Amino acid sequence: MSRQMIEILTNGIVETLYMTIVSTIFAYLFGIPLGVILCITDKKGICHNKIINLLVGMTVNIIRSIPFLILLVAILPLTRLLVGTTIGSTATIVPLVIAATPFVARMVESSLKEVDMGVIEAAKAMGSSSFQIIWKVLLPEAKPSLLVGCTISLATILSYSAMAGFVGGGGLGAIAINYGYYRYQADIMWITVILLVGIVQLFQEIGLRFVRKVDKR
Amino acid sequence: MYKLENLSKEFHEKENSIAAVKNVNLHIEKGEIFGIIGFSGAGKSTLVRCLNLLEVPTSGKVIFNGKNLMEISQTELRKYRQKIGMIFQSFNLLAQRNIVDNVCYPLEIAGVKKKEARKKALALLKLVGIEEKAKNYPSQLSGGQKQRVAIARALATDPDVLLCDEATSALDPITTTAILELLKEINQKLGVTIIIITHEMKVVQQICDSVAVMSEGTIVEQGAVKEIFATPESEITKRLVWDWNFDSRSMYYEEGDT
Repeated sequence: MSRQMIEILTNGIVETLYMTIVSTIFAYLFGIPLGVILCITDKKGICHNKIINLLVGMTVNIIRSIPFLILLVAILPLTRLLVGTTIGSTATIVPLVIAATPFVARMVESSLKEVDMGVIEAAKAMGSSSFQIIWKVLLPEAKPSLLVGCTISLATILSYSAMAGFVGGGGLGAIAINYGYYRYQADIMWITVILLVGIVQLFQEIGLRFVRKVDKR
Repeated sequence: MYKLENLSKEFHEKENSIAAVKNVNLHIEKGEIFGIIGFSGAGKSTLVRCLNLLEVPTSGKVIFNGKNLMEISQTELRKYRQKIGMIFQSFNLLAQRNIVDNVCYPLEIAGVKKKEARKKALALLKLVGIEEKAKNYPSQLSGGQKQRVAIARALATDPDVLLCDEATSALDPITTTAILELLKEINQKLGVTIIIITHEMKVVQQICDSVAVMSEGTIVEQGAVKEIFATPESEITKRLVWDWNFDSRSMYYEEGDT
């Protein structure tokens, strides 16, 4: 393999990691509050509210059901507005965040719902406010489960980022499509696939190791 | 201390409503150990949850230290709850916090400074006899030890009353006796009123001063434990006393055999 190709691939890895990690951070920034809202406004939640739950739940479901490639194209004007361009890895972050946030919200919701109702009841009996229950009970008690969810989210967002290569996104996905698909360089395509698999494995391994260390159950 | 007036709680499920607690009137004196006994489904857990408004009663009054808890704001209620400790059958400790931090939790909520809270938590762990486990996590403890931590946690904010919802039902007989002795000690040392929900006559017999017998959401009989034992009037009470006598007799025979 030429030196040039190695350079391209290295760049691809860096871009892929950049897109995936930054998108995950933003997706969690928006997804955690949404997940909390979904959990606490639920029928058995601490601030039961049918209307808010329905509204947020519907929005989340609608965005989740749009295929990522279509969402990516549909929000091109928004992407241009936010980052000034529609190609490259930074531009890909916008649709990635939008696609991943509802996914993350559901992941967070299901993690928070795993927290024992009895513990929440005990916290209430000790005079905790709803905010204190969220901050000091729900989120810390769900931490291991949230971290497992985070490794799953990372892998999902990584695969989305590779898809964005089709429409001018950067990273390993773009290399796979441009060299492997359009130029029939199957070897390059397979190398990128192996690299992507490697990155997912890495995320998974690091994540699970971290969870084992953090979980006190 | 506690006065319940015409307290009722109904649960609504689609078309039918279930009356879990019906028109309960109770008076619990300061400093006593008050037992509420009944078979499963008698409504006793719902009743004890009404005492700190974990369940909001459908009607009636819950008067705690002269204040009707039904009439106060949520903020005030949270303050009052700090004066009402509670322990549970399933302990309900925070699994991701170590023991001393579990006991610190109610103090954090009450706004006590971290250093002070820690000092107090350690003193309480000593009181319940489990200070050497301060750095452990709940998953590393036995049931009896967990309940001791839960008791320490419930006492952290110097409550006037301690509600025990089937607190010994998940424990073996020997641990049950030890936990009950601890509750008695706390009642005598700190003067905390204790309200115990149970289905075991043994619990009532071992530590309660007064007892109310509950069946189908109502109090069928109440009074001093000795009197209720000597002259049970309702069918339910007779059955509970008879069961208990039978149990203790069979226990006696087992001891005699060995």
